[in-house]
Amino acid sequence: MIENPIITIKDLDLYYNDFKALKNINLDIAKNKITAFIGPSGCGKSTLLKSINRMNDLVDGCKIEGEIALENENIFGKMDVNILRKRVGMVFQKANPFPMSIYDNIAYGPRTHGIKKKAALDEIVEDCLRRAALWEDSKDRLKRSALGLSGGQQQRLCIARALATKPEVLLMDEPTSALDPISTGRIEELVRELKKDYTIIIVTHNMQQAVRISDNTAFFLLGEVVEYNDTQKIFSIPADKRTEDYITGRFG
Amino acid sequence: MERSNRLVKASQLKERLMQAVFFLSACISIAAVGIICFFIFANGLPAIKKIGILQFLTGTLWRPGNDIYGILPMIVGSLYVTVGALLFGVPIGLLTAVFMAMYCPKSIYRPLKSAVELLAGIPSVVYGFFGLVVLVPLVRNIGRSLGFGGNGSSILTASLLLGIMILPTIIGVSESALRAVPSHYFEGAQALGATKESAIFSVLIPAAKSGIVTSVVLGIGRAIGETMAVIMVVGNQARLTGNIFKGVRTLTANIVLEMGYATDLHREALIGTGVVLFVFILIINICVSLLKKGEHR
Repeated sequence: MIENPIITIKDLDLYYNDFKALKNINLDIAKNKITAFIGPSGCGKSTLLKSINRMNDLVDGCKIEGEIALENENIFGKMDVNILRKRVGMVFQKANPFPMSIYDNIAYGPRTHGIKKKAALDEIVEDCLRRAALWEDSKDRLKRSALGLSGGQQQRLCIARALATKPEVLLMDEPTSALDPISTGRIEELVRELKKDYTIIIVTHNMQQAVRISDNTAFFLLGEVVEYNDTQKIFSIPADKRTEDYITGRFG
Repeated sequence: MERSNRLVKASQLKERLMQAVFFLSACISIAAVGIICFFIFANGLPAIKKIGILQFLTGTLWRPGNDIYGILPMIVGSLYVTVGALLFGVPIGLLTAVFMAMYCPKSIYRPLKSAVELLAGIPSVVYGFFGLVVLVPLVRNIGRSLGFGGNGSSILTASLLLGIMILPTIIGVSESALRAVPSHYFEGAQALGATKESAIFSVLIPAAKSGIVTSVVLGIGRAIGETMAVIMVVGNQARLTGNIFKGVRTLTANIVLEMGYATDLHREALIGTGVVLFVFILIINICVSLLKKGEHR
């Protein structure tokens, strides 16, 4: 159904010790589109998201079988995990700027990957802040602590920071769940804007948000993908009874 | 009705009484600090005044026989061994703390933690023996083979020994500071493609900075105040030297070595040495509380 997917997930099983958190996931992610993962809490959508940049490596007792390929290259194979994470950026549920200046937050990724020249860093910082619609708010206080920003600004800073490593894919784990409606609106606008240059996968509990911003939606239940389709189709004529029950609010 | 009223009154009385007991207990420690402070200053300051404060603090000669009392060599000696202890203790302690907080397999953690706690519990005289039997000959051999001379009792020896003695403080406080850093900082750095060690050094340690600095300041307090172990390995010569293979005398050692037989101004000058030491410790404590304040902001 999806042509030239940037990410292909094949026969993926994931265990936390003895608990099977993901069961036989097969999913293709379209390039330069926004894909939303929806489903009730504990259904495995965040777990799958974190598998795509191997953040689950940090979890004790997590075991993965199957394959995830980024541009046809298995991420569990020879690919260096730090290069993978450079190519697949992540924005967390809770904004997590480092306790350093706004500038240093953005420059952290590029510096990590070997960019040391100040001119180059300056350019990246400005570009990323502009892309994250934060430049106007922060250009006069780049040297000030990032912790002084508001919640919504902090989350946009985290998006800018993720963009600074020039990723191809951006993973967003409920990025607006801790924000007020206005900040949420600005982030959504930003996400739609970013679609031109990046592939975005977003986990959300907010179904209206999935409808508003995503092109494709995958519905997860108990570690399985129940239905994966064009967002308009999934929300207007769901093929599966369980999807229909969920999106009409009958459970979850 | 009457009876229950009486019961209520009795329990209120008991509560008041207990409150008073707690309050008195708290008063004792404050009173102790106050009395010690008063005693030290009341006995030490007149002597410092008599000798002349500048003469006392900057005089390079300590000759009680001739009534010459300059404690600069001891101040410098204390600074030497304290700085030396930090040079050894801080890097090793901090790296150990990083290991314990970030890398340590569960099976090693318990024995390692117990070992560090045991290190804190060893009496300082036992450290002194270890220094005397192991470190002194070792440093003597190194010093002689390098041509610096010295008989092994030296700044270097005391620094090494104190470096070991401050490890538990540095490790314990730094480890809890590192553990207190929210895990999302570390995850955020990893998600940007930072390796584990670069995430630790560029994000985790800076975020735990104030706790780590507190551990260092506490280590300074421990090192500058240590007496027994230092006396046994530092040589105790009241002189100024730039050679770390030569012996010096610390403020603490100066007091202990001569208090037994000192009389009159000599005795008061030793208490004056105590005043200087006390002021050092006071400054360190103020630093710690300022740091703690900064942390809560």
